[in-house]
Amino acid sequence: MSDNLLSLMTFFPLVGMIVVLFLPREADRLIKSVTLVVTIITFFISLPLAFDDVFKTSAAMQYTEFARWISIGDYFQMNYNVGVDGISLWLVLLTTFIMPIAILSTWQAIDKYTKAFMALALLLETAMLGAFISLDLFLFYIFWELMLIPMYFMIGIWGGKNRIYASVKFFLFTAVGSLLMLVAIIYVYYFSVKVGVPFENGFSVAHFYNLDIPGNLQNWLFLAFAFSFAIKVPMFPVHTWLPDAHTEAPTAGSVILAAILLKMGTYGYVRFAIPLFPEATQTYTPFLATLCVIGIIYGALVAMMQEDVKKLVAYSSVSHLGFVMLGVFAMNLQGLSGGMLQMINHGISTGALFLIVGFIYERRHTRLIVEFGGIAKKMPIFATIFLIITLSSIGLPGTNGFVGEFLILVGAFESELRWFAVIATTGVIFAAVYMLWMYQRVMVGKLKNPANETLKDLNAREIVIMLPLLLFVFWIGIYPNTFFEKMNPSLENLIDQVKAKQQVAMMVEEVEQAPIKIVVND
Amino acid sequence: MYNYLWLIPIMPLIGCIVNGLLGKKFIKNEKAIGAIATLAVFSSFLLSVKYFFQLLGDPVKTHQQVVFSWMSVGDLQIDWGFLFDPLTAIMLLVVTGVGSLIHLYSIGYMHGDPGYYRFFSYLNLFVFAMLMLVTGNNAMVMFVGWEGVGLCSYLLIGFYIDKKSAGDAAKKAFVVNRIGDFGFLLGVFLLFWTLGSEHGVWTLNFVDLAHHGHVLGFGGTVVTIVTLCFFLGATGKSAQIPLYTWLPDAMEGPTPVSALIHAATMVTAGVYMIGRMNVLFAMSPTTMMTVAIVGAMTAIFAASIGFAQNDIKRVLAYSTVSQLGYMFMAMGVGAFTAGIFHLMTHAFFKACLFLGSGSVIHSMHHALHHAHLDDDAQDMRNMGGLRKKMPITFITFAVSCLAISGVPGLSAFFSKDEILWWTFGSTRGMWYVWAIGAVAAGMTAFYMFRCLYMTFYGKEKTDARAKDHIHESPLVITIPLMVLGLLAVVGGYIGVPAILGGSNHIHHFLEPVFGHASEIYHIGIKEAMHHNHALEYGLMALSIAIAFLGIAVASVMYLMKPELPAKFTKMFPKFHRLVFNKWYIDELYDAIVVNPVKAFGTFCWRGFDVKVIDGVVNGVAKLVGLCSAGLRHTQTGLFHNYALAMVLGMVVMVAVFVLR
Repeated sequence: MSDNLLSLMTFFPLVGMIVVLFLPREADRLIKSVTLVVTIITFFISLPLAFDDVFKTSAAMQYTEFARWISIGDYFQMNYNVGVDGISLWLVLLTTFIMPIAILSTWQAIDKYTKAFMALALLLETAMLGAFISLDLFLFYIFWELMLIPMYFMIGIWGGKNRIYASVKFFLFTAVGSLLMLVAIIYVYYFSVKVGVPFENGFSVAHFYNLDIPGNLQNWLFLAFAFSFAIKVPMFPVHTWLPDAHTEAPTAGSVILAAILLKMGTYGYVRFAIPLFPEATQTYTPFLATLCVIGIIYGALVAMMQEDVKKLVAYSSVSHLGFVMLGVFAMNLQGLSGGMLQMINHGISTGALFLIVGFIYERRHTRLIVEFGGIAKKMPIFATIFLIITLSSIGLPGTNGFVGEFLILVGAFESELRWFAVIATTGVIFAAVYMLWMYQRVMVGKLKNPANETLKDLNAREIVIMLPLLLFVFWIGIYPNTFFEKMNPSLENLIDQVKAKQQVAMMVEEVEQAPIKIVVND
Repeated sequence: MYNYLWLIPIMPLIGCIVNGLLGKKFIKNEKAIGAIATLAVFSSFLLSVKYFFQLLGDPVKTHQQVVFSWMSVGDLQIDWGFLFDPLTAIMLLVVTGVGSLIHLYSIGYMHGDPGYYRFFSYLNLFVFAMLMLVTGNNAMVMFVGWEGVGLCSYLLIGFYIDKKSAGDAAKKAFVVNRIGDFGFLLGVFLLFWTLGSEHGVWTLNFVDLAHHGHVLGFGGTVVTIVTLCFFLGATGKSAQIPLYTWLPDAMEGPTPVSALIHAATMVTAGVYMIGRMNVLFAMSPTTMMTVAIVGAMTAIFAASIGFAQNDIKRVLAYSTVSQLGYMFMAMGVGAFTAGIFHLMTHAFFKACLFLGSGSVIHSMHHALHHAHLDDDAQDMRNMGGLRKKMPITFITFAVSCLAISGVPGLSAFFSKDEILWWTFGSTRGMWYVWAIGAVAAGMTAFYMFRCLYMTFYGKEKTDARAKDHIHESPLVITIPLMVLGLLAVVGGYIGVPAILGGSNHIHHFLEPVFGHASEIYHIGIKEAMHHNHALEYGLMALSIAIAFLGIAVASVMYLMKPELPAKFTKMFPKFHRLVFNKWYIDELYDAIVVNPVKAFGTFCWRGFDVKVIDGVVNGVAKLVGLCSAGLRHTQTGLFHNYALAMVLGMVVMVAVFVLR
């Protein structure tokens, strides 16, 4: 069983999708229930990973599976090569954890083409899990592209008024990025074959890590990967698809998009872009860190002025993911583990925020801040949960957000990115401004709008959706070591690997720059 | 020995959770809710008292308890750890003691409020956070409390959720505090990184910092920047220039909140923090001087605004800002003990004043409500002559006024006088800081007595229909007043200086915390003045004289010739308007910070995001669209067109091939 755990987990939703496709179209509740059960079972399949102590000590890939897949003559080979380590572990679990919550949130929100929606959601889960566990770059690319399609339809069919524009924008942004990445992937493969890596290895990342790619080529390849991932993260200035996509997407789509899909970008940097091209990473770190810091401040400032709650949350994502990337580029243990943790935190907090926006949207069919005000009185449970999540998003100590942000900033401060950290720290002020201002305008004050008089507080289903998220808000806030201890070995290994290559490159550069001296000494 | 230290903060947290989850649906009963909350804090108080006495007889003065690891990432090891030493012991007694009294008071004050359970839940949460702040054994656990008290302050200022002004004030408080927290965090980063990477000491633990802090070097740049960053944090939390503006607005919260959070405890967190990190601060004379000067400026500036306020709580708020200024003056000139001493006495008399004002407001409110009037229950111009109607409130309020004014024999006389003596005579002292402090003392006496006279003396200015309904508050409110009033009288006797025949107990008690740094870095009363009793007596006499002068002026203006203030206002209308409007500082901040930031945010959104980035994106899309629209004409579907194109292409290719 544990031999094939990853495959079972990844493809179980796909099996579920097929089952769903055979269900009668009118059986709305049945379709939803089956989907929910499938995602819950998937979660339970993945659960042993969380309790496996091997991650505490080993940086290596675990649960690996390998099978030859597509080979074309003796020049193309890709393999089904999967595994999980401390870096992907929590993202995999985040995915299986968020999916049932997202499905449960559709109970009333999705009322047309339910079958198609659920099938797409399950397909999406397979694609996301597949992307996280892929150790073959081409396999990763297949899953990466596979994610695009269900999301595109989710926005385009079940979205709001402006859904066509938003979905096309989403598709074009990501497609442009992934095409560049595809070219780069093929080039890396071509290069590896040229320098004599046996082609049977396929696109194995582990082998690509050892390649000695010359500086100039590295820069171009890195840029292609970096650009593609930057769109997904999204980093400033290629973030503008996100607010539109989020605003138009149905709640479940937004939750999945924010909680997991965006993490593909950050994960891509950690797993591929940085370790494959360490020297190029070093070259471009100041530039990319600048974009991170701009993103943090810019996202916050724009979020502050939004009139639509969902757009506000979307822009806050730009700011939060700026923090994540800053931690990653710090390339030390604190920064990187802070960044990894913040990916999970963002999944929980922002996922929860989108659910919250969904709750009020379902009740009032509007998300404009001016339409609300004073609804805390009508919805006290909702108000409390909303407040806790808001505080987690602000990064109040004791909640998850703080631990992530703190480590990222400590890490960035200890690296060469010191001044970036100083500027980024102002982000904590802005976060308080935009979140609390929004909370104040939506929840407190006098209840002026008569349409809000009849608002009902959260029902049992909605509370059940939020409780697991609240649990992790405090768990990670108070005892994040549960998560650190299992990701740190892999992260340490990654840092050593990247730093070693960067140092070698620097030494080579020094030697190359000093030939005259050697001649004189002779 | 101190194995249950962690219980001290946890008890109120339990109270918070119980009331928060069960209060509305299950407990319901006001008395039960109030009792749970009060007992939660009171049990912490009892434990604090027990440990306090235990510490008195304990030769070891510093105890730590680690509960479990919080963050463990490489060199960064942070525990959920607690610290118990004399400084913490005093803070614990103040917080839980005054806290218990204010909880008791709130049972009466909040009676009938629909958010009763919510109030007590928040209040307990606040005490929890404050206790984390003072018991944390490292900067991060302190920061949990530090931001936690900010959160509770936010929740409680905005407690009356119907009032927009309350929501605005709450948000302002949180955001301004966050500006300070930004400083705190930067201080932590720089300190942690410098100590670790340059000196191999990766720590944020206070005990370790006290041991190893010296490696940063006396007067070094790093230690100066670190302490200035921490001081920025302190100005936010403790409402000093330039970040004091949130505190007066914070008076929107219920009065017990003002007493507990915005007078006795939370706002003193900055003072405590400097005390906790006294080794670092002592190493940077630049920072110390900055602290002293900012404290002095705040003391006199806030006092000046107190002259012209008519809202009784606002007067007290500015007085708090001013008194906090004194505490910072003390910390800045190295009088750490005096600063903490004043923190304590201030907690007594200011809590008493606030609760007294609350008692008045409570009674005014009921009377006005009874008579169906909309008059402001907090405006002193609607009060007057209340001393006969509310004798207990009056006496306790008056006693506290005498105390804050520095009348000899009462608590603040000792603490304030010690501060002033140090500002003058300390090796880190500056005569001008003393001068400002002395003048501000006179101003304090003036505006406090102005407040006392306007409220309790003179003509009854309350509307005739309401005034007969004003009467003394119930016992649950007056008992805390009496206890605090008593403490405001006698609280100073633990710090009677040697020159007055005392033995300055608090000084000896805090010696293990502050003595070390003071000794190494030569902080103390200058040699030349050490035995100059004439000078010490002289300064003391002078400050007493100034205090009485302030009281005398107030008595003339507001008791004997009540027409005088109006005359002054007429004589200097511009000046009065300036002071009345708090020197327009809020407006200034709006103009130079708030509005530009908002404008910039709008620009980023509508100007950059929508126009520039999406403009480019949509432009490219359009261009592609146009191109394809153009190219579409080539796709005619007619065979001969394609054939023609093929032939032309072949001709071109051949031509290129041949002519090459």
